[in-house]
Amino acid sequence: MPEGKRPEENGSGISRRDFFKTSTAGAVSTALISKQGMAAPGEVTKFGPDPVKIKLIVNGKGRGLKVEPRVTLLDALRNELDVTGPKKVCDRATCGACTVLMDGKPVYACSILAIEAEGKQIVTAEGLGSPDKMHPIQKAFVENDAQQCGFCTPGFVVACQSFLEENPNPSVKDIEEGLGGNLCRCGTYKGIREAVLETAAKGGIDA
Amino acid sequence: MPEFNWPESDRRWRIGKHRTRVDGPDKSCGAAEFTYDVKLFGMLYARMLPCPHARARVISVDTSAAEAMKGVHAVRVIQGPGTEIKWAADDIVAVAAETEEIAGDAVNAIKVDYEVLEHFVFEEHLDKAPEVNPAQEQTTGEPAQAFSDAKAQSEGYYGCGVVSHACHESHGHVAHWTDEEHLTVFSSTQAVTGLVGQFSEALEIPAANVRIICQNMGGGFGSKFSADRWGIECARLARQTKRPVKLMLERGPELQIAGGRPSTFARVKTAVDADGNLTGWDSKSWGTGGPSGTGSPPLPYVFEVPNRKHQHSSVPANIGPSRAWRAPNHPQACFVTMTALEDMAATIEMDPLDFFLKNISLTGVRAESYAEELKLGAQMMGWKRKWKPRGQNGDGPVKRGLGLSLHTWGGRGHQSNCEVLIHPDGSAEARVASQDLGTGTRTVIATVLAETFGLRVRDVTVRIGDSRFPASGASGGSTTVGGVSSSTRRGAINALEILLQKVAPELGVAPEELEAVRGRIRVKASPNRYLTWKQATGQLGVNPISAAGSNPGPGKLIDSGVAGIQMADVSVDIETGITKINKMVAIQDCGLIIDMLTAKSQVYGALTMGISYALCEERIMDPVTGRLLNDDMEFYKLPGIGDIGDLIVHMMTGPGYDERGVIGLGEPPVISPGAAISNAVANAIGVRVPYLPLTPDRVLEALEKGGAA
Ligand code: FES
Ligand code: FES
Repeated sequence: MPEGKRPEENGSGISRRDFFKTSTAGAVSTALISKQGMAAPGEVTKFGPDPVKIKLIVNGKGRGLKVEPRVTLLDALRNELDVTGPKKVCDRATCGACTVLMDGKPVYACSILAIEAEGKQIVTAEGLGSPDKMHPIQKAFVENDAQQCGFCTPGFVVACQSFLEENPNPSVKDIEEGLGGNLCRCGTYKGIREAVLETAAKGGIDA
Repeated sequence: MPEFNWPESDRRWRIGKHRTRVDGPDKSCGAAEFTYDVKLFGMLYARMLPCPHARARVISVDTSAAEAMKGVHAVRVIQGPGTEIKWAADDIVAVAAETEEIAGDAVNAIKVDYEVLEHFVFEEHLDKAPEVNPAQEQTTGEPAQAFSDAKAQSEGYYGCGVVSHACHESHGHVAHWTDEEHLTVFSSTQAVTGLVGQFSEALEIPAANVRIICQNMGGGFGSKFSADRWGIECARLARQTKRPVKLMLERGPELQIAGGRPSTFARVKTAVDADGNLTGWDSKSWGTGGPSGTGSPPLPYVFEVPNRKHQHSSVPANIGPSRAWRAPNHPQACFVTMTALEDMAATIEMDPLDFFLKNISLTGVRAESYAEELKLGAQMMGWKRKWKPRGQNGDGPVKRGLGLSLHTWGGRGHQSNCEVLIHPDGSAEARVASQDLGTGTRTVIATVLAETFGLRVRDVTVRIGDSRFPASGASGGSTTVGGVSSSTRRGAINALEILLQKVAPELGVAPEELEAVRGRIRVKASPNRYLTWKQATGQLGVNPISAAGSNPGPGKLIDSGVAGIQMADVSVDIETGITKINKMVAIQDCGLIIDMLTAKSQVYGALTMGISYALCEERIMDPVTGRLLNDDMEFYKLPGIGDIGDLIVHMMTGPGYDERGVIGLGEPPVISPGAAISNAVANAIGVRVPYLPLTPDRVLEALEKGGAA
């Protein structure tokens, strides 16, 4: 019952997530995706149902792994590669806790297959900075206490970084619209708003 | 014996300042490890099969297909044939497998036959409930007389449904048997110390063989005090498979079975005399918190109306059992009371600020604080300038309104033990088997330790989240900050005492004449005679100083009982029914504040969580199937960054507050938002929307019944 039961996207009554994740027959969940992304007609590579070898570039490092084609990028990062900054909260593209950058664009890692990410540059909160050498937005998160339990934080940090890249001088309204895709249960939004404004004021994400 | 107290205000270098949390960098860099992140060698992943029915009897369970699956290591029937299931999503079978995906496949392959039984999930309709348990009526004074003498009476119906805790990190554990008799459990818990006994009892091993670890946890809000049946099953799966097992709830069950706040509905009558003094209160309330119903909310809340009568009925329903939800019963009681009082103020055409102030003496011992806070809040909100009588604020479709509320809480520090170490190399360490829920527990302990030793916060180490450290209470009811700050302070004072005795001869004075300030041990009367901290600890030889501190203990370091007020400024679009928060003001006291930054964060967070239950979130039950309709985060709504408006927080500090000692803060500020926002909406649109959350459909429905044109 808790598995995806909401029809979405394809209008067939079977959600993309159902299609990928709940099928027990591996063959049905085989995705048709070329090494470079969605397949062009005529030149398809079939993956699965057994685990396949793929390579992910995570925070600048190439990492080989073997996963079933239905495994999400989030599960591959967390369970296979021990990259646990991105968190699993809704697992349904709602909360943003799993936000990572894929080729520079923010994506919900819970709603992308690991095999779709093959060859793409994946950046997580760990890739932006480390406790000794924080990225400006991470520093601003600390200074404005934009975190409590911290479970939404790594995803939020990545979302903020990419938001600031697009909006170097954001207004509060821009922030409210641009960062609406991440949720926090502890209620740290005020701190996050201030962290983003402060980062922008101090010279942005490259300062 | 040394004296145990907090430093005077001019001698607080660390306490009460805006200090960033010590684990902030780890959290914002994704380096903080949560239970959900723990991965051990050979670890299996567990999943559970939830029951699809709100009430049913298990007839048969067929796990053969699951057991035959490659990669499945264990299948355990949790509730087998004959068991009566009393709420949907309750766990029936647990499976451990090589991967999450295989565990999911295995769960899907299990076949369970149920005899579906009648259920009841819609407790708002009291007359339809199969079972209602009325409690004894409580009466004080002469309510009947008060109502017959009343100059004015007001009557209303108010209700708030069940909300889930909805922790970002779902409930769960990683269980690891280090040998056949020794169990280590990584838990997402509010009770590191408390879980030891729960696991040892259920698994029939000595408590001494159980170790609980929780370095970081992604929110609890009152729902994570228990090992839970699934935690015990996780440990059993691990024992059976001889492999570590991770079992984290999936989001659907998390929203249904891992904790909720009971609902409360109430019919209330109030009475005043000719001067606007509250004289009478009469309430009948009911609600549910699952199969065993719910306790009575404390009505009337805070205002001890002289003549009052209250009766509560507990209604059992087939929903997951409630758990303590931040300030148990207070948000509901506050909502019912403060809305009823605001309705009375509107009835007698009085500004509710004046009405509350007029009756403030009914709030008892904290009346002065409330009055001070209300006046301050009114200034910060611009209340007198902005407030208009109901439904008269705004000519277009968007109406504006103000609302207020007040609340109380205890928050006395719990039992806590701390071991403080001063190492010969100068490093200093506090060890407490407590946990940081995101409230800043680590930061508080570090601040107290650094203050006591005259060191910088970054020079001290805090170790928590491991049951091998000295026992400390569960984090519930705003008891942690008082508990750990006082046990740490006592331990640190004791440790420092030993150090001062050691170095006193070298400085040629008695130990009492020394103090630890700014990285030095110096002579109070002549500060230029000193040893650096490192020179001093260098004299310890090979063994560190180890000293203990406990709470309760000597000296006055903590207290209990706070007042707080909140005000909301909202805009309501009467065409769409959408409510927008413009601004909220929270004025809060909590005695001596250890770290101002994380304290304020508690209040901002509580306001945000309050906006959530006031405007967005609720469990929506399907009366036909008895299931939760919104069992995911798309439809179980939480507010986003654009929904909170301008939040203003002011902490009461200084004389009258600081000398009380430390008081907890997690609960109080989450109590008032529902009432304050509901009152603001009523003020804006001219009519009470009786339910929380104030969703657009409910606002429109209330308007249809009569309100702003
Ligand atoms: S976990 Fe991916 S968006 Fe929530
Ligand atoms: S800090 Fe806890 S969920 Fe955002």
